[in-house]
Amino acid sequence: MSIVLTVAGLTLRESARRRVLRSLAVLTVLLLSLSAWGFSRINAEYEGLTSGESRLAASIVLNLVMFGLSLIAALGTAFLAGPTLAGEAESGIALAMLARPVRRAQILLGKWLGLAAFGSGFVAVAGTAQLVIVKVTTGYWPPDPLTGLVLLAGQAVALLTLGLLLSTAISPMASGIVAVGLFGATWIAGVVGGVGAALGNDSVRQVGTVSQMLLPTDGLWRGAMRAFQDPALLSQFGEAVKGHPFLSKAPLTGAYLVWAVVWTVLVLALAGLAFQRRDL
Amino acid sequence: MSAAVWASGLRKRYRKRQAVDGVSFTVDRGEVVGLLGPNGAGKTTVIKTLLGLVRPDAGEVMLLGRPGTDPRSRARVGYLPELFRYQPWLTAAEVLRLHARLAGVAPDEECLGLVGLADRAGDRVGGFSKGMQQRLGLAVALVARPELVVLDEPTSALDPIGRADVRDLLLSLRERGVAVLLNSHLIGEVERVCDRVVILDHGQVAASGTLTELLGEHTVRLRLGNVTAAAASRIGHFTRDGEMLVLPAPPSVPDLVADLVKLGVEIHAVEPSRVSLEDRLLGIIRGESA
Repeated sequence: MSIVLTVAGLTLRESARRRVLRSLAVLTVLLLSLSAWGFSRINAEYEGLTSGESRLAASIVLNLVMFGLSLIAALGTAFLAGPTLAGEAESGIALAMLARPVRRAQILLGKWLGLAAFGSGFVAVAGTAQLVIVKVTTGYWPPDPLTGLVLLAGQAVALLTLGLLLSTAISPMASGIVAVGLFGATWIAGVVGGVGAALGNDSVRQVGTVSQMLLPTDGLWRGAMRAFQDPALLSQFGEAVKGHPFLSKAPLTGAYLVWAVVWTVLVLALAGLAFQRRDL
Repeated sequence: MSAAVWASGLRKRYRKRQAVDGVSFTVDRGEVVGLLGPNGAGKTTVIKTLLGLVRPDAGEVMLLGRPGTDPRSRARVGYLPELFRYQPWLTAAEVLRLHARLAGVAPDEECLGLVGLADRAGDRVGGFSKGMQQRLGLAVALVARPELVVLDEPTSALDPIGRADVRDLLLSLRERGVAVLLNSHLIGEVERVCDRVVILDHGQVAASGTLTELLGEHTVRLRLGNVTAAAASRIGHFTRDGEMLVLPAPPSVPDLVADLVKLGVEIHAVEPSRVSLEDRLLGIIRGESA
């Protein structure tokens, strides 16, 4: 266990000392400032809105900005996960470390733990800052912010686990690109599925369902949106917002959450097997 | 006591190429063994297999008395890879502490001093030259108070002073009873510090043994004039190499020279010599008889 924690600490320190952290910080501050300005404009410009309409606007824009944050977290962790395994094997850093009395699974688990802590920490800090900004500018506070942030962190963890698996097989940069590409593709499939549901087209709806099973990032993201949006909106604007990409119409089921955890464990175990068999 | 390294029947195939083909050898405790051979002979693959970095297709490894499949076999092993790189975002002292923690021991703080990096302990590795990184790699190999040190081309990035430092370091390791497996292209280096040599070629052990076994005894080459019958009987058995007489080195060369002078022999040259390891290595690899 001490080796796992040592490697987790090392991975956190790596994240903190590499340029990735600075780029993440800059992107996040940019997004938060833009959103603070935007939210203050929503209130100032649309004074004639009913309270329901302004809640709808705040919910949608909050979800939109949270999507931006989750994208930053996804990009950041995916591009950290690639170099940390494949890059170290390629550069030779892994040789000296793995010649120590350690099991490869311990190193992999330590890296995963460090990356998961980094991703979750980012989501917690940036997400809370965003919620406070919305509260201050529009007075809106989501119904279940903690669940939302936990699901967002889960989304980042699922993606970085996939990034680790990919990086045992392909080059560091390619693994980052493929992970982020899959993340985007699943999101689009989710939107397509939402449109299918709105139109009552079952085969189109299934595109979303299947993609959410294959890679649970989009499913978790929809659960997070649900926790951030005003629950009264759907009953109030039901038909008008059907299939909207930044509103979620149903909460996550317990079974889906279990699947997301099982999926992550499976992918991590696969990464462990692939890493174990790899010649360095 | 069990051997520091015991390898038996190692085989490894990369796609169509048989990189290692039935390699067996041992390194005893406190012994310095050189691993020699041309490029692509399989030296680095053998080393990586010993350390569990490469999975052999067949064969067994024991390190310090434990099977190589058990990570604990590497608890007292230090390794400097041929491709040496360390976390560029850490300082030299942090790299050493990391490796000590992975090995489960308190770090040996003197290591950086041993490799001449004591004053750079707080600097980030990213700013180090290649030579300094290789010195750091040596310190990493020594940080867990090893009983076996595996060095893969430890002087490839070092200047002549650095190479001399490594030689001194190897000799001090031998004095302390630490076993060393040394892969080096610098044959002179190997000849000076190694007790035994294993020569690999095409993934197989082409020859192995002590330097005396591989290179034969020392000889003396003499260029003489006025060799009388008495002088010839004092010299004993010799062979001719042009003008030179070549004979096995006598117990005392000065006594031989003094006796020959007394017998009236003109002495033009006296050269102690031995087949060099380089000549022997080339001979073995080019398939000449042993």
